[in-house]
Amino acid sequence: MNDILLGLAQAAELIVTLNGDLVEITALSLSVSLTAAIIATIIGLPMGAWLAINRFPARRFVIALLNALMGLPPVVVGLIVYVLFSRSGPFGVLGLLFTPTVMVIAQVIIITPIVASVAHQAIRELWADYHDLLISLRASKAQRIGTLLWDGRRALMTASLAGFGRAIGEVGAIMIVGGNIDHATRVLTTAIALETGKGEFAMALALGFVLIGLAIVVNLSIHILSRTERSARW
Amino acid sequence: MVGQRKTCWLELENVTLRRQGRAILQDIRFRLDDTGIVIVMGPNGAGKTTLLRAIHGLERIRSGTIRWCDDDHADSLRQAFVFQSPVLMRRSVVDCIAYPLRLDGVARGPARKAAQAAAHEVGLTVDLEKPVRVLSGGEKQKMALARALIRAPKVLFLDEPCANLDGRATKEIEETLCRVRDTGTRIIMSTHDIGQARRLAGTVLFLHDGRLVEHAEGTAFFTAPKTREAQTYLTGGLLL
Ligand SMILES: Nc1ncnc2c1ncn2[C@@H]1O[C@H](COP(=O)(O)OP(=O)(O)OP(=O)(O)O)[C@@H](O)[C@H]1O
Ligand SMILES: [Mg+2]
Repeated sequence: MNDILLGLAQAAELIVTLNGDLVEITALSLSVSLTAAIIATIIGLPMGAWLAINRFPARRFVIALLNALMGLPPVVVGLIVYVLFSRSGPFGVLGLLFTPTVMVIAQVIIITPIVASVAHQAIRELWADYHDLLISLRASKAQRIGTLLWDGRRALMTASLAGFGRAIGEVGAIMIVGGNIDHATRVLTTAIALETGKGEFAMALALGFVLIGLAIVVNLSIHILSRTERSARW
Repeated sequence: MVGQRKTCWLELENVTLRRQGRAILQDIRFRLDDTGIVIVMGPNGAGKTTLLRAIHGLERIRSGTIRWCDDDHADSLRQAFVFQSPVLMRRSVVDCIAYPLRLDGVARGPARKAAQAAAHEVGLTVDLEKPVRVLSGGEKQKMALARALIRAPKVLFLDEPCANLDGRATKEIEETLCRVRDTGTRIIMSTHDIGQARRLAGTVLFLHDGRLVEHAEGTAFFTAPKTREAQTYLTGGLLL
């Protein structure tokens, strides 16, 4: 019990004094997960929109695939990316293993299906409302997608935030492909695992608080967005 | 328009449309050559909405032909459709009305200016920065009409534009439609309001069970309907 109280006090001190390691780890975590969320958004949103407004033979299959990919265990994604980028793998020559870049790649694979799937749901509802008008006005395919993305922007920001939330809390994949190297690829989740293993509860708790703080910010933003979507002006 | 040589502007030949094994429109054929407003009448489920949508190209017909005699009318960008229930975009009223112009590449400022003018034209006097969702039923109808008019269409379809409107709003919309008609725009409109049909109709197309039962000049239709279905409908009887 005493250990925990002591740990809490030290954790608070680390945060208040902006401990160098803590700041560095948090910054890397944010930049990796934000980059992954942005890339997943750029790929996932148009993909979800496209799936929502197009009828093609393999459509059901693609949606089922997307849902299956959503449930992909991150550790397995990590393993596959590791194999692909390891020295003997097809992308080995790039020398990206154990760099933040490959961590971003792994996270993009994990969260793009989530972003695309949430976007697909939102756009499908909007498309049902807008369908007749957009067809009647002879809007081009690109204009239709543009309109739906713009008018559905709040729901879509929720999709991106959900992706970011998943990325920032993810540990299995980036541990494998990033290697948790000090001052290079160490992020919040992997650092917590390491510090806990070493018995350094103060540092682990401090990192944990930052992570919880970020999770709260993400969920609060999602909540506020969905509230403005329902009540306030569009 | 009196004295002008009558030429056909729209011709349907044997148009048939089936959905789920059922004929929704059967063997519809008519020629329109009058410049007045074309009123499509008929009981619920007669196929009015489907006919309007098919002519506008929103529904695929199974057989038959729909021919526009004038290229200007055939251009679907010169046609506009006001739906039975207005399509509400998640935007402000002015941005909703301006939307078709934005698709045409008009910049936001000029498009919004035009939208304000269009709102004024249809008598929509609310705060145009409000989200369109909070408008009343009648205001939504006017918004939809303003949005349809903003591209200055050559052909205007209206599917029961005055359902749920009070007398004053109906009158305002009718006045707008007459002005639009007088600029040479062709109007095809469905309605259940017999009084309105009587006021506006240049031509009446009376549908029943997916068939065109009667095609007549407006006054003739209301003073002496030729078919039993139309007679019963006009006197408010049940069509069996
Ligand atoms: N996609 C569809 N699939 C099956 N049936 C349809 C479809 N669209 C329309 N129908 C049927 O076709 C018939 C005509 O419908 P339509 O909407 O054209 O009628 P309407 O004359 O506009 O009626 P109302 O006065 O109620 O608006 C109805 O019986 C309707 O159920
Ligand atoms: Mg109808």
